[in-house]
Amino acid sequence: MARGDNLLKVEHLTMRFGGLVAVDNLSWQAREGDITALIGPNGAGKTTVFNCITGFYKPTEGRIALRHGDAAVWDELESLTERGKRHITTAGGSLFQLERMPDFLVTQQARVARTFQNIRLFAGMTLLENLLVAQHNSLMLASGYTLLGVLGFPSYRAAERAAVDVAREWLDRVGLLDRADDPAGDLPYGAQRRLEIARAMCTDPVLLCLDEPAAGLNPRESAELNELLLSIRDKYGLSILLIEHDMSVVMEISDHVIVLDYGVKISDGTPEEIRNDPKVIAAYLGVADEEVEKVEAEVGL
Amino acid sequence: MEVFIQQLINGITLGSIYGLIAIGYTMVFGIIGMVNFAHGDVFMVSAFVALIAFLFVTAWLGIASITVALLIVLIVAMLFTSLVNWVIERLAYRPLRGSFRLAPLISAIGMSIFLSNFVQVTQGPRNKAIPPIVRGEIILMDHNNYAVALSYKQLIIWGVTAVLLAAFWYLVAKTRLGRAQRACEQDQKMAALVGVNVDRTISMTFVIAAALAAVAGTMYLMYYGVVSFSDGFVPGVKAFTAAVLGGIGSLPGAVIGGLLIGLIETFWSAYFTIDYKDVAAFSVLAITLIFLPQGLFGRPDVEKV
Amino acid sequence: MDKPASSTGVDFVHAAKEACVTAAITFAVLLPLIGFETVSNIDNKLVLHMRWGLLFSIVAIVGVGRLLMALVIAPWLAQRRMRPVAPATSSWLSAVGRWFGPFAVGFAIVYPILVLSTSGFSGALKWVDNFGIQILIYVMLGWGLNIVVGLAGLLDLGYVAFYAVGAYSYALLAKEFGFSFWILLPLAGILSSFWGILLGFPVLRLRGDYLAIVTLAFGEIIRLVLVNFVDLTNGYAGISSIPRPSFFGIPFNADDNGFAAVFGLPFTPVYRTIFLYYLILALCFLTAFVTVRLRRLPVGRAWEALREDEIACRSLGINTTNTKLTAFSIGAMFGGFAGSFFAARQGFISPESFTFLESATVLSIVVLGGMGSQIGVAVAAIFFIGGTEIMRDLDFLKQIFGSSFDPTQYRMLLFGFGMVIIMVFRPRGLVSTRSPSIFLKERKTISSDLVNEGHG
Ligand SMILES: Nc1ncnc2c1ncn2[C@@H]1O[C@H](COP(=O)(O)OP(=O)(O)OP(=O)(O)O)[C@@H](O)[C@H]1O
Ligand SMILES: [Mg+2]
Repeated sequence: MARGDNLLKVEHLTMRFGGLVAVDNLSWQAREGDITALIGPNGAGKTTVFNCITGFYKPTEGRIALRHGDAAVWDELESLTERGKRHITTAGGSLFQLERMPDFLVTQQARVARTFQNIRLFAGMTLLENLLVAQHNSLMLASGYTLLGVLGFPSYRAAERAAVDVAREWLDRVGLLDRADDPAGDLPYGAQRRLEIARAMCTDPVLLCLDEPAAGLNPRESAELNELLLSIRDKYGLSILLIEHDMSVVMEISDHVIVLDYGVKISDGTPEEIRNDPKVIAAYLGVADEEVEKVEAEVGL
Repeated sequence: MEVFIQQLINGITLGSIYGLIAIGYTMVFGIIGMVNFAHGDVFMVSAFVALIAFLFVTAWLGIASITVALLIVLIVAMLFTSLVNWVIERLAYRPLRGSFRLAPLISAIGMSIFLSNFVQVTQGPRNKAIPPIVRGEIILMDHNNYAVALSYKQLIIWGVTAVLLAAFWYLVAKTRLGRAQRACEQDQKMAALVGVNVDRTISMTFVIAAALAAVAGTMYLMYYGVVSFSDGFVPGVKAFTAAVLGGIGSLPGAVIGGLLIGLIETFWSAYFTIDYKDVAAFSVLAITLIFLPQGLFGRPDVEKV
Repeated sequence: MDKPASSTGVDFVHAAKEACVTAAITFAVLLPLIGFETVSNIDNKLVLHMRWGLLFSIVAIVGVGRLLMALVIAPWLAQRRMRPVAPATSSWLSAVGRWFGPFAVGFAIVYPILVLSTSGFSGALKWVDNFGIQILIYVMLGWGLNIVVGLAGLLDLGYVAFYAVGAYSYALLAKEFGFSFWILLPLAGILSSFWGILLGFPVLRLRGDYLAIVTLAFGEIIRLVLVNFVDLTNGYAGISSIPRPSFFGIPFNADDNGFAAVFGLPFTPVYRTIFLYYLILALCFLTAFVTVRLRRLPVGRAWEALREDEIACRSLGINTTNTKLTAFSIGAMFGGFAGSFFAARQGFISPESFTFLESATVLSIVVLGGMGSQIGVAVAAIFFIGGTEIMRDLDFLKQIFGSSFDPTQYRMLLFGFGMVIIMVFRPRGLVSTRSPSIFLKERKTISSDLVNEGHG
């Protein structure tokens, strides 16, 4: 798994809701081991892109492909598309066509995990239970699809202990270990955000999609979040997709930034390049294309 | 052909009754998102009120004119049933507003059981039959010894339903109350903030729903001439089916759904087997919900992530 | 507070006014249905009788009650609320909670012996059958439905359909093929859960209330088919002389090879009843045991997660359709067990036993118990079923209200009223806290404010 090869390809993605075009013919790629940020003004279509990637929305048009293993497997993409299958596996790796998969399979098989803009925890369950639910599929297998578990086979008990250890490790990493037995709904906002990330990590993903993880955090929490994300990237070699409004987070930790406006990609590059792109500035200041030059002059570019 | 037209007439009559009840389901669902399970029994109560009012008016007051008697019965039934539903809302549903989501539904089921048993206890378990109030019919066609008849009863039902629907439409489309209702449907908090009295609007919704159910109840009594304490459940479910079929939350949908259910039921009984006519109604309900949950006129329900 | 005299004076006027208004509304509401009675006269024509006495007594009771409420009870409640809550009560309650389960199990096991020793053979029959077995059937149904409604958060208003499938499966197969109860019990469970999957598959993607209504429709369809498919089910007349379960091959009859003779005891029907009691008790234990196990397995946690947030579940790779189906079919299976037991116990079944009211009863037991709580459901079953059974033989009420008073008539009236009252005062049920399925250091109960009741 060489860092730097493409992990995810989004091609000609279009999503329409009735007359509204939320995402319009959007193409971009995310490299393995990168933190890729998706930014743009409110209503630009960022969350919609996430929903398409994670299978919650079926895109009107377009292709979303994800690779596991060897980069050479990209050569199979056209044949995968033609055969109309969901995924293809070769000796070196596999390729998934995400827009063809139902949401739960995107996580289960393609191993893409996500968090939500408006936090979705299991509020009435404890932190530990939240993290165990995230390991559902592996535990389900260990419990012999419930049958062996009901009969009390020891193999399940061992698997459960291992799952608890994973959960404990993640709780420790996000600093919530001492609250393991409290209901998730009791946590303060910032802690809920961290718990949601820990829960997503417990599904053992290759790609982590975070929808505005820093929203509502104070500066200290925000800095802690940066560290957490960097450590996830570096320790686990995980790739991260990030939607974020907080520019300090975006500029500090992302390797690659894509800017959307009205569902269209207006810029794509390193944080440095984005910072200096007049189109991005214009989009954020909310002016029409013709006025870009005027604005540039005003902001002194 | 003659059978067909006759069934069409019967079906529209039955459908008018279902439509009137269905509006109650659809309005209450629209405004507080609750399936008012007791609405069928409110309809049954209204038929009993109409029965008692009829006996009172004819036997005690000795009013001989059928038109006057019917008019009084209709108004009395509408008034009392509205009051009953207003009280029910105050006691059984309002305290549960904002409580956990199943609570109003369970409360409504309890209220439904309570109402039917209340009527059974106070009025007895037997069918209550009255002699036909309105006789006579218009023969529309007479062919091969099969006469297609439109009875005066049916004409009255069509007429009363049409007039009351028009009044009702005016009420929700043109008045302040209707506006308040639509505001509460969209967003209760916001409506309260801009000065709509949400509690009163919801109460009025129940009152209107009951008044229309009472019209249906009076027509039912006049049409069939018999009513019993257990007559709430099945018409209630059928009217609910109508509301779902039309698209729950949509008022014209409820009326059209009611007509469709009435037609389906009469044609099913006429051309297939009468034994399974309720199965047909329940199947329509299940099939609609599974394949067309937004109904014919409802807005589709998008899942926002 | 500083002007007590005048404030009570104003309060009294206000309270009296409210009482009058309440009485007036009560009068208007009750006027048609209580003020008048429709009775058939000699010519079989309906005439009206007045019941002013009854009407005015009720209105007076309501008015006085409202007055007392405003003057006495409300201030008393307000005062009580002012007082700080003693923390001791909660620990006392949790101690009761901890010991209640084992105590209840012990009591259930010795109950028939207790009854037998206190009221003898003839009296025991009623107490074991009407109270013991009847309540346990509903405990079992409640626990079965609890999986669907309480754990998975799917509102099922047609649960009685699976009870019916179990009962008819047993009745028909036992009569046609002479299979024994012990073969048919699991078979009935499997058939019911198969129906659960069949019915569940198309409807489980529907949202809350719609799911409830579709399940109601299915429940009614199954009942109407039982009514109308006369060739198979004998319609309203029902199926009678269904083979009764035997004591592992030894029948309960007065023959030489019957239970009493084999064990050298005098013959009485009580043995069969006691055997049936322990049979349903064992089935209840099985249900409870399996449910407790399931809650700690990934499926069980997925059910509860589903109740909390379905979209989050899908984002974690959980196949929500399958998860719902397992809840539906396992719940249906227990309903099927209970159904086949019911058929075996009664020896006669007809569609009358499987009406919507039955579904509503079981559902209200689950909701009153507190969704998800086994102990709560059991207590609610005792309360509801025991209560309505007691209503059956309150003969002393006849002495108070006259011989025409029939207490059984008021059973369902009070039942419906009870449902409303419970929802108004305790919408989360008796046991409203949730106990986590696993813990690292200590098990803390979770307050109901946080627990989601599911999308339906
Ligand atoms: N399910 C849906 N049905 C209809 N319209 C939708 C749906 N989901 C999103 N939209 C619309 O698509 C557009 C883009 O929405 P989206 O949530 O993707 O924006 P966003 O970039 O995430 O904005 P924000 O920064 O506010 O989160 C908006 O106009 C939104 O109203
Ligand atoms: Mg967004």
